[in-house]
Amino acid sequence: MSRPLLEVAKLTMRFGGLTAVDELSFRVEQGAIHGLIGPNGAGKTTTFNVISGFYKPTAGEVRLRGEVISGLKMSQVARRGVVRTFQHSTLFAELTVRENALVGTHMAFRPRILSALLGSDTQDRRAAQARAEEALDFFGLLALAEVMAGDLPHGHQRALGMAVALAARPEIVLLDEPFTGMNPEETREMMELMRKLRDSGVTILLVEHDMHAIMGLCDRITCMSFGKLLAEGNPQEIRNHPEVIRAYLGGARHVA
Amino acid sequence: MPRGLAWLLLALVLVALPHGLSFSQQEILVFLTINVLLVASYRLLTLTGEWSLGHVVIMGVGAYASALLSKRLGIYVPVAMLLGAGVAALVAYILSFPLFRMKGFYFLIGSFAAGEVIRLLWKRFRDPFGGPKGLKRIEGMPDLDLGVYALDFFEPITYYYFAAAVVAFCLWIMWRIERSPVGLTFHAIHWQDKLAEASGVNVRAYRTRAFVLASGFAGFSGALLAHYIGTINPNSFDVEQMVFVLTWAIVGGTATFYGPILGCIVLTVLNEIVLREMGFEQMRPLVYGLIMILSVLFLPKGLESVVQRVLSARKTG
Ligand SMILES: Nc1ncnc2c1ncn2[C@@H]1O[C@H](COP(=O)(O)OP(=O)(O)OP(=O)(O)O)[C@@H](O)[C@H]1O
Ligand SMILES: [Mg+2]
Repeated sequence: MSRPLLEVAKLTMRFGGLTAVDELSFRVEQGAIHGLIGPNGAGKTTTFNVISGFYKPTAGEVRLRGEVISGLKMSQVARRGVVRTFQHSTLFAELTVRENALVGTHMAFRPRILSALLGSDTQDRRAAQARAEEALDFFGLLALAEVMAGDLPHGHQRALGMAVALAARPEIVLLDEPFTGMNPEETREMMELMRKLRDSGVTILLVEHDMHAIMGLCDRITCMSFGKLLAEGNPQEIRNHPEVIRAYLGGARHVA
Repeated sequence: MPRGLAWLLLALVLVALPHGLSFSQQEILVFLTINVLLVASYRLLTLTGEWSLGHVVIMGVGAYASALLSKRLGIYVPVAMLLGAGVAALVAYILSFPLFRMKGFYFLIGSFAAGEVIRLLWKRFRDPFGGPKGLKRIEGMPDLDLGVYALDFFEPITYYYFAAAVVAFCLWIMWRIERSPVGLTFHAIHWQDKLAEASGVNVRAYRTRAFVLASGFAGFSGALLAHYIGTINPNSFDVEQMVFVLTWAIVGGTATFYGPILGCIVLTVLNEIVLREMGFEQMRPLVYGLIMILSVLFLPKGLESVVQRVLSARKTG
């Protein structure tokens, strides 16, 4: 069996007495769109927080191409190619859309004080601009480049969050509920963009409650409940999995 | 009005300014120039979102270091000033290790405590810091013989030109840093340190960078002060001075580069012209406190917001 891009192994995260993630294991293959689903409070965001280095796990490991990355700082994890978005639109609200995307290019074009003073970084600055604009263009935000991020409508804010992540050219991007606040039309367009992204070689790990989007997009799905792994499989298998249906009480409605 | 012309006009005003002033007003102008550098460096520190209460003490570190280097080792004063700034930056770097384990309110208190410890060291060690009485007879800037004309830096007007030139250069550096990708990263950390970190920014390293840079400029302002007044002591850099810096920054506003500078100038003019002339000098802390409260209540975005409103009205109207 080939080595997966990302591997979560017996991951446990406890907050005091509460076990938010409980010996969770799953693997994400290179080039896949991988869904992570589960009822509210199942521990999906916490799993993201551990993978991205925001929390150190209580036990277990996260491996990227075999290298253990759990316990590293979030910026160190990002430098290895794992970049995330946040569940609630987390943006630099007081910066423009363009500046938001520019921060996303930080890793590729490390700012240096001395070269900024001497003006010897014009090439880097231009390249960073180009890459930021490319990311904005991909999400249809280029026309809004000079708008304050905080003034954007909600759907555009979600898209900008992804543009910031994508400007970093990650190997794998973790998206936490990217479709909330989007109307059906926007959701459809966003799904199309994600397929394009996957085809360009970016692996996607996706947390989402919109079952229609999850089933339509994902190559593989991991379902968790109360921090534990519940089921794993392709959309067909997950949709018909009795445990999954039971977890989503009245799930027939959700797991359409 | 084109940009270049505006700057030229400003330069002319700054050159002409001391000639219309009395000797004591010229001295105040020197202090004002030094304070502009201090408060501008304070804003650089706050760019990443952390407010320090130790900034004036760091200024003092630069003052003490520069004074001692020239006094004890006979180092040429301008060089000693640069070294003093370097020592202030170095001390800030060392302090950053304990301080940046804290955030927000705890950082504020931690920076205050660190500053008080440094002041205690100055008081405690008569050698080399001179104890509570501090350092006296600090070397002034040596005369500069330009052939046709010898510059005597004991003259406030001459020292003002010197200080204004180097402060202008320092402000230009800070401005360029803020306008660069480094500055953008500082702002990003201020608004959303989590997202910045997720974008690969080493937030701790950048906070340290802003802190060290700002401290270097503050130390330089301290050196400028020390070699002008010739005597410094631990109380020259006490918390009362820090409150003045905070008041300048808050009254002026910290959203723009010029906000704190504006606050410093307006309050100094107010202080010198109104309070001193009217004989209320003793009540300075009280009046400053009152101004701070009034500005928080009625002008929460600072004097800079007034300027911004005027400028945008001009543009649209
Ligand atoms: N920092 C924390 N401290 C204490 N408890 C936490 C913390 N973060 C999350 N939890 C708890 O862990 C559990 C899992 O939360 P998590 O946010 O991971 O769920 P989720 O699957 O993302 O839910 P949702 O679909 O509502 O976003 C919840 O019970 C939550 O209250
Ligand atoms: Mg969540």
